[in-house]
Amino acid sequence: MVKYIGKRIVYMFITLFLIATASFFLMQTLPGSPIASYNKLNDTQKAIVEKKYGIDKPKPVQYAIYMKNLAKGDLGTSFVFKGKSVNDLLATRLKPSLILGAQAMVFGTIVGILLGMLAALKHNTFWDYGSTFFAILGISIPSFVFASLLQYWIASEWHLLPVGLWNDGWKSSVLPSLALAMGPLALSARFIRTEMIEVLNSDYIILAKAKGANGFEIAFKHAFRNALIPLITVLGPLAAGLVTGSLVVEQIFAIPGIGEQFVSSIMTNDHATIMGTTLLFSAFLILIIFIVDILYGVIDPRIRVSGGKG
Amino acid sequence: MKRNKWLILMALTLVLSMFLAACGGSKDEEKPTADGDDKDKDAATEEKKHAKDEDGEPDAEQVLYLSERAAIPSVDSSIVEDQVGFNVLNNINEGLYRLNQDNIAEPAMAAEEAKVSEDGLTYTFKLRDAMWADETPVTANDFVYAWQRAIDPATGSPYGPFMMSGVVKNATAISEEKMEISELGVKAVDEKTFEVTLERPVPYFLSLMSFGTFYPLKEEFVASKADAFATNSDSLLSNGPFVLTKWDGTGDSWTYVKNEHYWDAENVKLNEIHVNVVKDPATAVKLYQDGKLDRAEMSGDLAQQYRDDEEAVVQPETSVFYFKFNQERDGKETPLANVNIRKAIAKAFEKQDMADVVLANGSLPANFLVPTNFAFDENEKDFRELSGDHLEYNVEEAQDHWKKGLEELGVESLDLEILGGDTEASKKMDEYFKAQLEGNLEGLTISLKEVPFSVRLDLDGNQDYDIQVSGWGPDFQDPISFMDLFVTDGTNNLMSYSNPEYDKLIEDSKGDLALKPEERYEAFAKAEKILLDEDAAIAPIYQRGLIFLHKPYFKGLVDHPFGADYSYKWAYISGK
Repeated sequence: MVKYIGKRIVYMFITLFLIATASFFLMQTLPGSPIASYNKLNDTQKAIVEKKYGIDKPKPVQYAIYMKNLAKGDLGTSFVFKGKSVNDLLATRLKPSLILGAQAMVFGTIVGILLGMLAALKHNTFWDYGSTFFAILGISIPSFVFASLLQYWIASEWHLLPVGLWNDGWKSSVLPSLALAMGPLALSARFIRTEMIEVLNSDYIILAKAKGANGFEIAFKHAFRNALIPLITVLGPLAAGLVTGSLVVEQIFAIPGIGEQFVSSIMTNDHATIMGTTLLFSAFLILIIFIVDILYGVIDPRIRVSGGKG
Repeated sequence: MKRNKWLILMALTLVLSMFLAACGGSKDEEKPTADGDDKDKDAATEEKKHAKDEDGEPDAEQVLYLSERAAIPSVDSSIVEDQVGFNVLNNINEGLYRLNQDNIAEPAMAAEEAKVSEDGLTYTFKLRDAMWADETPVTANDFVYAWQRAIDPATGSPYGPFMMSGVVKNATAISEEKMEISELGVKAVDEKTFEVTLERPVPYFLSLMSFGTFYPLKEEFVASKADAFATNSDSLLSNGPFVLTKWDGTGDSWTYVKNEHYWDAENVKLNEIHVNVVKDPATAVKLYQDGKLDRAEMSGDLAQQYRDDEEAVVQPETSVFYFKFNQERDGKETPLANVNIRKAIAKAFEKQDMADVVLANGSLPANFLVPTNFAFDENEKDFRELSGDHLEYNVEEAQDHWKKGLEELGVESLDLEILGGDTEASKKMDEYFKAQLEGNLEGLTISLKEVPFSVRLDLDGNQDYDIQVSGWGPDFQDPISFMDLFVTDGTNNLMSYSNPEYDKLIEDSKGDLALKPEERYEAFAKAEKILLDEDAAIAPIYQRGLIFLHKPYFKGLVDHPFGADYSYKWAYISGK
């Protein structure tokens, strides 16, 4: 197990290195200059500013410098937020996204699982159809539509929660988290329902029932555990996406998150911030895939994480 | 089973109706059309501009809630290059002059009007007894240091060289590393006397003095903060009406607090202004309606939806938008090198409808380059009255030019590309141009290329476009701010336009005519005629306006036609 984890960690770093390299060179193909006032400067000034930001050097040299700094954990200086490090920028903007993502994930998954289980246990009844309908809505309607609806009804019309902004404590996070939660909620409900219906009809459950196991025991001890594996597989990448922010939902609720920052850094050619955010997103994804792999083993001991021929 | 289906259907209907209700907004307003009634409505809306001298006793609580469209990238006066940064600077710092409530530059850190030498080359400013927020006096050396820092190539200031080159003595040479910084034409004669020597007489020099790049900086403070200077609210020093607080350098919110050490603090009524970044205009409007914002900008559909609202105000701006016609692409002449083709396109689209229906935000159709209500001559006459209209919409004339142009080129049809922005408003506008131009000019096919701003800058820089929707907002109050854009090889020309007669007029306005205001304005009028009527080098489209929802109790806001957007110095709350 330890050997496996060690090996995976090495692979994770190699993956990150490859992503950093690919995105560095891809970013160089972005049209335009990262210097906003480029057309206001004369040639001498352009040369001086480019030198100041180190973008006058040949690309391989810039790459070597970037990777050297990256090894030290330094993501560079933003071109847009003058004199501010990308590390600081990401640190300030990551917190709201993390809070929203985590809340959405936890709420969405728990409610989704409960709905899915209800649907499976009450197969072909009103509860089943209701929860399926809810899941279809959650999957087919994008989160920004939910965001607008929640904002309109709950905040603007009924004044129960803030319309937006990030200055009202926990209240500010409720509506955007709910909007983001619809995705994982629907997904969990659908997966759990399908898997559980299948498991509930399998021979060993019929046997368990025959042996007198009660409904609760069957649902949680046997069926649910089996249904969790495929769910975790899809929820992993979804969690990375949620935690690292959702551009539109953050924009609708005027939340200073990381998702919105990523897009605006691309629009302004803020190379250092683009790289920093890309690496952060990648690191999250890689880490979550790793955690999912470990969880497989925990949920189902038949799946071995030691790799190799075992 | 049957009952379940009905339930699903009902639930679906409910969800759809909720969705449609939310999309429709809270009011059943008619969509405006381009008929006469709407023009009347426009006129009525125009009158609803917030007055600057409104009555009303200030309330006990003077706290304002505002929004900005972007975070603050920097508040270092040498480095600032964006609108939000200049807005913040204008409210927390102050230069020798400040734009007053009538947008006239009046002495601020200067105690009195500057003394100008007869040749117009030396300006002497006596400083008032003003203090920094740390209770140390503002001195002449603070200006010397700030100006030298802004032109120092090592600072990498975008606006320092842009604003000082050809204006302040030796600025160009210093910015090109050909001269020492100490050679800049600025001097602290004594602690309270600051002297500037210019390269040439600059008639608009005093209006530059209200621009952020020329603000003072206390050397000792800047040095003590080193690289951290102006990176958060703790590393800033104010000498203006407000102090910036709660700004962490990268976040989306900040607060202005009244600066008790400001020389004119008794005229500053607001105690606090809380600002949040709200990028989505629809959210800004909802926050406004929920009482979380006292002013919200509207655009596109929102502007159409709310422009007749009692609290809607129109704010005319001085940014002018126009087609740039690129005459050379990939080293080869484009069809737009033909003056008749340019004239045909310039006259073939209806501007009034575009401003009223497509933009619907208080923008005005433009038949000019230098905006209206911006530059005034010695007798305070608007430059527009002097220069008149050019390149007005006229389909018949457009078609004549088109026919002639095609004959001269020896072709029967042309395919041209319009390069525009990727925002919803830009796309709508481009569609309108395509429909109008193709409809009025037979044989013309327009393709649209809609890209983000940074990409457009790149294509512009490489002259890789046919027609571009471009715009310019002035940094100071003088027609030259616009006229200088199109001189041969100008940094913003980038369309291979060249007319020696035009160049000569612009050069004269900077040289021989610099101290002859009347003749200088005549030269500008003549140059504008050449640029538009004779050469149709560009085709004016509109002068931008903005529509805001503005709480009636929020009074005294001053919006500026150039430089920073707003001064909160005179703003107050009354009757909330």
